[in-house]
Amino acid sequence: MATSEYVDDPNQRPPVIGAKEEEGAGPRRRDFLNIAAVSFAGVGAAAVVVPFVNQMNPSADVLALASIEVDLSKIAEGSGIKVAWRKQPVFVRRLTAKEVSEANAVPVSELRDPETLAQRTKPGKENWLITMAVCTHLGCVPLGVTPSENRGDFGGYFCPCHGSQYDTAGRIRKGPAPKNLLVPEYSFKSNTVVQIG
Amino acid sequence: MSFPWAENYEPKHPLTKWIDAKLPLPRLVYNAVGAGYPVPRNLNYFWNFGVLAGLALTFQIVTGIVLAMHYASTADGAFASVESIMRDVNGGWFLRYMHMNGASMFFIVVYIHIFRGLFYGSYKAPREMVWLLGVVIFLLMMATAFMGYVLPWGQMSFWGAQVITGFFSAIPIVGDPIHTWLLGGFAPDNAALNRFFSLHYLLPFVIAGVIVLHIWALHIPGSNNPTGVDVKGPQDTVPFHPYYTAKDGFGVGVFLVVFSILLFFYPNTLGHPDNYIQANPLSTPAHIVPEWYFWPFYAILRAFTVNWLWIPAKLWGVIAMFSSILLLFFLPWLDNSPVRSANYRPAYRIAFWVLVLDVLVLGWIGKSPAEEPYVRIGQFAAAYYFAHFLLIVPIIAIVEKTKPLPNSISESVLHGEAEEAAPIGVGSAH
Repeated sequence: MATSEYVDDPNQRPPVIGAKEEEGAGPRRRDFLNIAAVSFAGVGAAAVVVPFVNQMNPSADVLALASIEVDLSKIAEGSGIKVAWRKQPVFVRRLTAKEVSEANAVPVSELRDPETLAQRTKPGKENWLITMAVCTHLGCVPLGVTPSENRGDFGGYFCPCHGSQYDTAGRIRKGPAPKNLLVPEYSFKSNTVVQIG
Repeated sequence: MSFPWAENYEPKHPLTKWIDAKLPLPRLVYNAVGAGYPVPRNLNYFWNFGVLAGLALTFQIVTGIVLAMHYASTADGAFASVESIMRDVNGGWFLRYMHMNGASMFFIVVYIHIFRGLFYGSYKAPREMVWLLGVVIFLLMMATAFMGYVLPWGQMSFWGAQVITGFFSAIPIVGDPIHTWLLGGFAPDNAALNRFFSLHYLLPFVIAGVIVLHIWALHIPGSNNPTGVDVKGPQDTVPFHPYYTAKDGFGVGVFLVVFSILLFFYPNTLGHPDNYIQANPLSTPAHIVPEWYFWPFYAILRAFTVNWLWIPAKLWGVIAMFSSILLLFFLPWLDNSPVRSANYRPAYRIAFWVLVLDVLVLGWIGKSPAEEPYVRIGQFAAAYYFAHFLLIVPIIAIVEKTKPLPNSISESVLHGEAEEAAPIGVGSAH
């Protein structure tokens, strides 16, 4: 090798690729520059990844809260309707007094996802059960919004996909679903109109 | 690379040994862009542009795949989906501006890359195949860029598609049926938009494949260099890594700075405002021009204004435009001078710079309206373009008295200081 005369000057030593640094020579200025340059490029590359990942999140037009108003006047006691909100179905159900008392009779401590009917409805409107019509197991639409459909053993909703059963407060009682049917954000605009979203 | 002093890949760790025995991919990388590829030690910054073109293609593919997740290729929905990308998709404006201006950056670096090859004689033996594959890549790029420009379905998209597919209607007898077949209709519409989108997604991967061949063909003789002199021995080369990875890294930094300025501060400067108006098949924009990278060819297309030799002007224009690129396929055999680099060819060097000027003039004409004096200037510039390749270059190759070539690359770099001719860590001079 013709390199011996360079070795004394640490900046002139051949670059070391990989580990094997010469013994006792310590890091060279070039090593520092290499690490600084590659690190800076790495941080820059990582920063550019952010928009490429984020573009797959819901876009502004999807997020724009498309709130809907639902007319309650035509819903008979003991029945309900399905409405679409943010491309997902929502159950709006008018409970009978018997269904309300059934829901209130259940000891909360026995539930898989402990919640009372009052926590899941608005004050004074406990007979209006408004929940997402999306089973918390794997997202099917449960049956039972009208009395003619199968409501399961607990008189609420029955999911035909994997047999999850919900009670008259939309709480999970039996089957694989982990959570109660989700209650969306809503408010009563009047006695007969409710705004969801 | 076939130089005998190229270092062989020798894995040390049992795991890398195991991988190398089953699939010698690390070996391939090492020999292609690693320490196993000896490269002339005197390359200047013009040799960065191949890597930069590869980087630009990578950007186009990555941003393009992402944009395709939000784009709708229907005549009714395309324009709105592009606007939705700009306004609603998270960071969509960034991704689309990166794709739009990335195309311009791709052409800028490729044009510099091509002119680098012309100046230093990189198209000559033994690198003819590298050059031929390069021209194929250039043609594929033009097709891809054209079809991509149609996708936003703005006014320029639509009328660009109308004009460019119209080229094929110039073909005698079968022209009109071919034109209708290409469009899937009588004017650009849903069918044309969908097939353009499909091909626009496909062709970049074809380009990537031809690039693999381009680099493969390059690695047989190895890279050319500013002297054009062949590599004579290990003192003339340095390993690609770390020497040229570092040099290319610097070039990538400069490229990214320029790209960022364009992307963030002048994103629409190279575009045309009419393309933000939705396509209207009933109204042509007053002044219709292609993207800047097609201007020189557009000028050649428009240079023919009268019928000549029983061939209509329309067909002459189309023939001339395609010939101006196809001509490049014959360049390695049109230039018979044994000297590669223009640094040692005084006459060719002048002709080269006149050609650069001529292409710039053609670009200016292609951008200008089709009226005098632009048409006349364009005709002279187009004539000169063909004369350069068909007359000037072959004649210069015969009559030119070239300057003496250096004996070797290291001699030209070090001016005879043989002591230092061995690169650090490589040579065995003593």
